[in-house]
This record gives sequence, structure tokens and C-alpha cells, in this order.
Amino acid sequence: MTKHNIKRGVSLYSFQEEYFLRQLTLEQCIAKAAEIGAKGIEIIGEQMVPGFPKLTDEFVAQWFGWMDKYGTTPVCHDMFLDTKRYKHRLLTAEEQLESVLRDLKFAQRLGCKVVRILVSASPDVIEKAIPYAEELDIKMGIEVHSPFHFDQSWILRHLEVMDRTCTKHYGFIPDFGMFTSRYPRVQRERFLRLGVRPHIADYICDSYEQRIFAEYIVGNVREMGATPLEIGMAESARHQIWSNPKRLLEHMPRIFHIHAKFYEMQDDYTEYSIPYNQIIPLLIEGGYDGYLSSEYEGNRHIQDVQEVDSVEQVRRQHVMFQRLLGEGA
Amino acid sequence: MFDKYMICEEGLQNVVENGAVTGFQFGARLPYYRGLGLSMVEDIGITVDGETIPHEQVLFSVRGRTWTLEQMETEIEERWEMGEVAMLIVQRNGGLSSGDHKIELMEQLRISYLPFPSITRDTKTLTLAN
Repeated sequence: MTKHNIKRGVSLYSFQEEYFLRQLTLEQCIAKAAEIGAKGIEIIGEQMVPGFPKLTDEFVAQWFGWMDKYGTTPVCHDMFLDTKRYKHRLLTAEEQLESVLRDLKFAQRLGCKVVRILVSASPDVIEKAIPYAEELDIKMGIEVHSPFHFDQSWILRHLEVMDRTCTKHYGFIPDFGMFTSRYPRVQRERFLRLGVRPHIADYICDSYEQRIFAEYIVGNVREMGATPLEIGMAESARHQIWSNPKRLLEHMPRIFHIHAKFYEMQDDYTEYSIPYNQIIPLLIEGGYDGYLSSEYEGNRHIQDVQEVDSVEQVRRQHVMFQRLLGEGA
Repeated sequence: MFDKYMICEEGLQNVVENGAVTGFQFGARLPYYRGLGLSMVEDIGITVDGETIPHEQVLFSVRGRTWTLEQMETEIEERWEMGEVAMLIVQRNGGLSSGDHKIELMEQLRISYLPFPSITRDTKTLTLAN
């Protein structure tokens, strides 16, 4: 196998079910990540840091204490941009910039060198944040998240700013949900439990695999006499995409972090929907040297019927990573 | 997302002030994977035993502070943290009788990146102890 320098990490987003239910504390999430060998830690401040955006000295000391104790490294903080903070108006461009800067500073205090920029953030606002990111030496990565993809027009606007400014502090964080080859089985099964008829679910999943344009799937399902719930399942196909993983190679110089999205790691250590065996060789070929940061998002589809075990799901994904990255078990 | 965790199973109780029962309260969580500023919690709808509670009778309380739904609209500092149990207080003379009550809860959130309001519901039968 070609030598590479790809590192393994986890977004603590993956453990949201257990954290929400107070089955795992933040420290325990970090400890679980370390046990799995996911040594790069990505955190969503608004998720697991009560009092966000305030950071006490005590919390910061404890955070770095945990990093030492568990041998982990802070990697990325995921920002949000609440443009609808006020009921009757959107945030002004200045307020949006202020919110972005707040998150850059938050990340810096936690030792994260990367900030995930929410895909809906405006390229104009992010452009204004570049000088601050350069000064703080924080890389801002716009999250290319399905149904967006590298060639989508909004993403092209962000790319235009990256190209024009030539900054090293603004690039892409691809979310591998954009390589969803099959409609997630866990999501299909949830729709069945809610009352979608099997022939409609089959039609939607088969059409998705045949790459039929989502609008046609919705229209055709309507003609099949679909219920509102069934139309809802068809509409969910609009939010999934399969795009060409080879586009990663072209954008590799702008990619410094990756959300390794997954919905269901199976017993055989493969992901049901996302063909990692096709994707990871491209990262090796392209010389990617950042983190593969696990992002488990299956809990929302199974929590109504079974106990969620996010830690086991992430563990399985890392077994798969080790195999595809040629790491000794 | 997190629909079934919105209403806490334990904790339904009457509110007693100066010896009089002025209402009832139960614990609730935000059906979302992050915390949210209170101004973005657009609406909280409560139905008890089929009776819809008027909005002005609902209070939201967390970490020792309490807001009306109208006051929440302009509260941009305080947040409802992820998974945090807040108390929803219904001002209603006499509260509820002891025994089982069917509680329906709707939370409407204004999530900036979603092109529609996020509306989530949960229904549970809770027991008020004697």
C-alpha cells in the first residue's frame, strides 16, 4: 500500500445520543474515542460545552487535561451561524461576521486548528473573516454537505473566493454523505415503521440507486397514490446525493479535514450506503494528510425502536478505516 | 430527532405557592442535537388530557430563571442546552388531580439553516403522585 499520513479521529457529534441522555459525559466521550483509536477530537461547542460561547479558564484547563490524559488532540470545532436569531429580521452581515469570529476564537482557545463552517454560511461573510483566520492561524472549512456537492452552484461561489484570495485558511470539509450510493437502510426501515407501504419504499430506494432525479421520484410516487408520509420519504431523496468521489482529487489542496459520515456500520465492518472502499484509496492517492473524522448519524433513524450504541458504530467504522488504510490491527 | 425524549417520564407535579396549588409542571428537553438560544424556541404547545393550554399560561424555567413564551422571543443570551431538562410550568388553578394524565407537547424551533420551521411532537401519559 502507498504510504500515507491519514489520521483517524471522531466528531463527538457521533455520540450525541448517549450525551443527550447523560449516559456519557464529555470526558467519557473523549475516553471512548481514545479507546477506539480515534485520537483526533472534533467538538461542536454548542452541543457539549454548556454556556457556549463562554469558556471558563477552568473548563479550558480541564479540556487540555483530558487531551493529555487520553492521548488525544483537539482538531476541529463546528460552528453554527444563527442568521435567524431574531424573530423579525436576519442578522446583518456585520453580526454574521461577529458570530464567525466568536467561533474562531472559541476554537483557538480549545486548541482546534480547524473550524467547520456551516454550508449555509455566506461566502461574502467568510471572505471578510479570512484575515482574522489567518491571524489566528485557524483554517475555515466550508462543509460540503449533501445535497450540496463540489459542483453545486453555492459551493462554486465559495470556491471562487478561495481561488481569488489564494488563502490557505479557507477550504473544504467534505462530508461523505455526498457519496451516498444507496438510500440508507436504517432510514428506509424507519419510514416503514411509520407506515410507508413496502412497495413505495422499494420504489424510492430502487429509483435512488438508479440515480433517478429526485424530483421525478417525488412526482412518480404522487402518481402511485402516495400518502403524505410516503411523499415525505420520496422528498427525503432530495437530501441524499451520490456525487463522484474522484472530485476529491481535484480539490485535495483545499481539503484539510473530512467528515466521515455514516449511517449504519454492518457486522462485516462495511457501511451500508457509503462505499468507503472506493473513497479511501482516492484519499491515499491524493496525498490527503488530515483526519478522517467519524460522523455517525444513524441514531435518529433507530432510536424509536432500539437502544443506540454509537460507540460500537464508531468502533466498527475505525476497524474499517484500519483495514482500508493498511494499519496493522 | 429525539422526539421520544422531549417529555421526561418522571417529574410531573403540582406547583404550590403560599399553600395554594397554582399549576403543574413537568420536565422537557429540546429535540435537537445542539443547544439553542431561547429566542429561537419559537413556540411550545401543551395539551393535557385533550385540553389545549393557552400560551399565556405556559412558563419556561431553566437553571433558576423563568420566562413567559413571549419573553423567550427576545431572550438572546440564555440557551436551552442540548439534552438539558427544563421545567414547563402551566399556570392553572388547582393544578392536576393525582393519577394519570395524557400530556402532548409540541416544540417549534427556528433553525437558521432549515428552510422550514422544525416542529416536533411527543405524547406521554405521566402520573401525578398523591
